[in-house]
Amino acid sequence: MAVDLVVNVALAGVLTGLVYGLMALGLSVIFGVVRVVNFAHGEMMTVAMYTAVGLFTAFKLDPFLSVIPVAAAFFVLGYLLQTGLINPFITRPEHSQFMLLVAIAIIVVNGLLMAFGPDARNVQVDYQLESWAAGPILFDKARVYAAGVAILASGALFAFFRYTRTGKAIRACADNYLGAKVVGLDVKHYYALTFGLGSACVAVAGCMLILLVDVTPSLGPSYTLLAFVIVIVGGLGSMGGALLGGVLIGLSEAMAGLFIQPSAKSMFSFALLILVLLFRPQGLMGRRP
Amino acid sequence: MSAQRRAAALLALLAAALLALPLVANAYLLSVATLILFFAFSGQAWNVMMGFAGQLSLGHSLYVGLGAYAAAGLFFHFGIGPWAGIWLAIAVCVAAGAAIGFLAFRFGISGVYFALLTIAFAEFTRIGFDHIGWLGGPGGLFIKVEQRQAADLLNLRGPPVMFYYVMLALAAGAFALCAWLLRSRAGYYWQAIRENEEAAQALGINTFRWKMLAVVISAAMTSFSGVFFAFYYNNLFPETIFHISRSIEIILGPIIGGIGTLFGPILGAAVLTILADSITDLLAAVGLEFPGVKQVFYGVVLLLVVMFLPHGIWPALARRLGLDRKS
Repeated sequence: MAVDLVVNVALAGVLTGLVYGLMALGLSVIFGVVRVVNFAHGEMMTVAMYTAVGLFTAFKLDPFLSVIPVAAAFFVLGYLLQTGLINPFITRPEHSQFMLLVAIAIIVVNGLLMAFGPDARNVQVDYQLESWAAGPILFDKARVYAAGVAILASGALFAFFRYTRTGKAIRACADNYLGAKVVGLDVKHYYALTFGLGSACVAVAGCMLILLVDVTPSLGPSYTLLAFVIVIVGGLGSMGGALLGGVLIGLSEAMAGLFIQPSAKSMFSFALLILVLLFRPQGLMGRRP
Repeated sequence: MSAQRRAAALLALLAAALLALPLVANAYLLSVATLILFFAFSGQAWNVMMGFAGQLSLGHSLYVGLGAYAAAGLFFHFGIGPWAGIWLAIAVCVAAGAAIGFLAFRFGISGVYFALLTIAFAEFTRIGFDHIGWLGGPGGLFIKVEQRQAADLLNLRGPPVMFYYVMLALAAGAFALCAWLLRSRAGYYWQAIRENEEAAQALGINTFRWKMLAVVISAAMTSFSGVFFAFYYNNLFPETIFHISRSIEIILGPIIGGIGTLFGPILGAAVLTILADSITDLLAAVGLEFPGVKQVFYGVVLLLVVMFLPHGIWPALARRLGLDRKS
C-alpha cells in the first residue's frame, strides 16, 4: 500500500479526531464537575448538526458563522436543562440519572425523526472539495478549518477554567461539593453553567462535523457511544485526555477503515476502550478515582 | 390478613388469570401478553445483577444475542433443536458474563465505568457478528417455519399459544428463582454488597465471588430470552439483537416497575408494553402515524415516571395495597 495514501488517511483521521475530541470534551467537563454521565450527549450533537443544516438552507449561513449563535443557544439550553431537570437528580443513584438522560435522548432522537424524517442531511459549501497540497500529502480545507475551530474552542475552555474566577469556582465545586457550599458558592448555578459550557462544546463540534459527515436522527446514539469511548480512553474528567482520546479514536477509525473494513472501524474503538478500562481504568491522562 | 398472605393471594390470582388467558384472548392480545412475559422475564434476569447485587449492566443485549445465535446457529446448520441449543446458549452466556465480571471486578471497575464496560462488550460483539458470514452476517439468520399447528416443544416449533405458555413457564420460573435467591444466603450477601460494598467486605464477605455469581446467574437467565427470541421471531440480525436499545428495552421494565423488587419487573413490563401498544392504536385512530411519535410519547412517560416515582411504580402501589412488609 502506498505510503502517501496511509499518511493522507491518517491525517484526515487526526483532524476529524480533534472535532470528536471537542465533542467528548463537553461530556468530560460535565462528568468532571456535575458527576452525571450525559447519556444524551450524541443526541445533542445531532440537534446541533440539524440546526446548522437548517440555518444553512434557510439563510445560506456558513457553518463557520452559525457556530456562534448555535453555541450560544446551546449554552442557554444546557443551563436550563441542568436547572430544570438534572439538578434534582444529582443526589439520586446512577441508574436514576441514567434513566432521566435516556428518556431525554429518546425524545430527541424521535423528535428529530418526526421533524426531519430518516433521510441524511448535509451542507454543501464550495471549499469542501478543495485542498492544499504539500507534495503528495493533501490537506482537506474543510477538515483543517474544522480542526482549527475545535482547537480554538478547546483552548478557550482550558483558559476559562484555568484563569477566570468563574472557572476556578467551577473547579472548586468539582473538587469538593460540600466545601464549595461552605465557602458560599451557589453550586447549582455553577453546575448549570458547566452543563451549558459542555453543551456549547457539543454545539461547536456539531457545526464543524456537519461539514465532514451527513446527519441522520439515528446518529445520536452512536455519537453518545463514541463520546464515551473517547473520554474513557482519555480519562473521564480530564480535559487534555478528551482531546488526546479524540485524536486516537479518529486515527484508529481511519486506519481500521483503510486496512480492514470501514464497517469494522468502531470495533477497534471498542477494543481500545476495553483494553484501557482493564489496564488503565482511569484513562490515559486521568487521575486514579 | 398479613401482607405476605395477601401477596400470595394476589400471586395466585395473577397465575390463574395468566393460565386462562389464551381461552379468551385473540391472536393480537396473545402476542402482547407473550411480549409482556418476555420483558418480565428478561427484566427479572437483569434485576438479579442490578436490583439484588447493585451491578449496573447496560449491555444485557449481549446475552440475549449470544443465546439467540448459539441456539439458532445449531438449529440452522445442524438441525439440532433448542432443547440442546439452550445448553450451548447458557454455556456461552455464562462464559461471556464470567469473563466480563472477572475482568471488571479483578481490576476494581465499578459504577459508571462498569456500566460502560458492559456497553463496550455488547457493541464490540454486535459489530463482530456483522462480520461472521457463517451466522449470516449483517444479512441476518433466518429459521425455517415448517409448521404452526402441532406444538413441538423440543424444537420450539408450533402455534403462538405454545410460545405463550413457554414464556409463562419461564417467567414463573424466574419469579420463583428470584424469590428464593432473595431469601438465600447469596441474596443477603448481594444486598449487603449493593448497600455498601466496603462494609460488606469488612464483614468478611468475599465480594468478588458473590458479584461473579450474580453476573453468571443473570447471564444464564438472559440466555433463555435469547433462545426464545430466536425461535419466536425466526429471524436474527446483529444490528437489532445486540443493539444498545435492546439493553435499554430490557432494563426499562424493572426500573419503571421498581428495582430490586420481585413484582417490579413484571409490573414494569406490563405497563410499558401496554402503554406502547395503546399509544400506537391511539395515534392510528387520530391519524398521527408519523415515525417517531410513539417513541416520543414513550420518552415523555419515562421522564415523568423517573422524575416523580424514583423508586418505581411497585413500591408505591404496594404501599397503597398494603402489601409492603412495613405496613
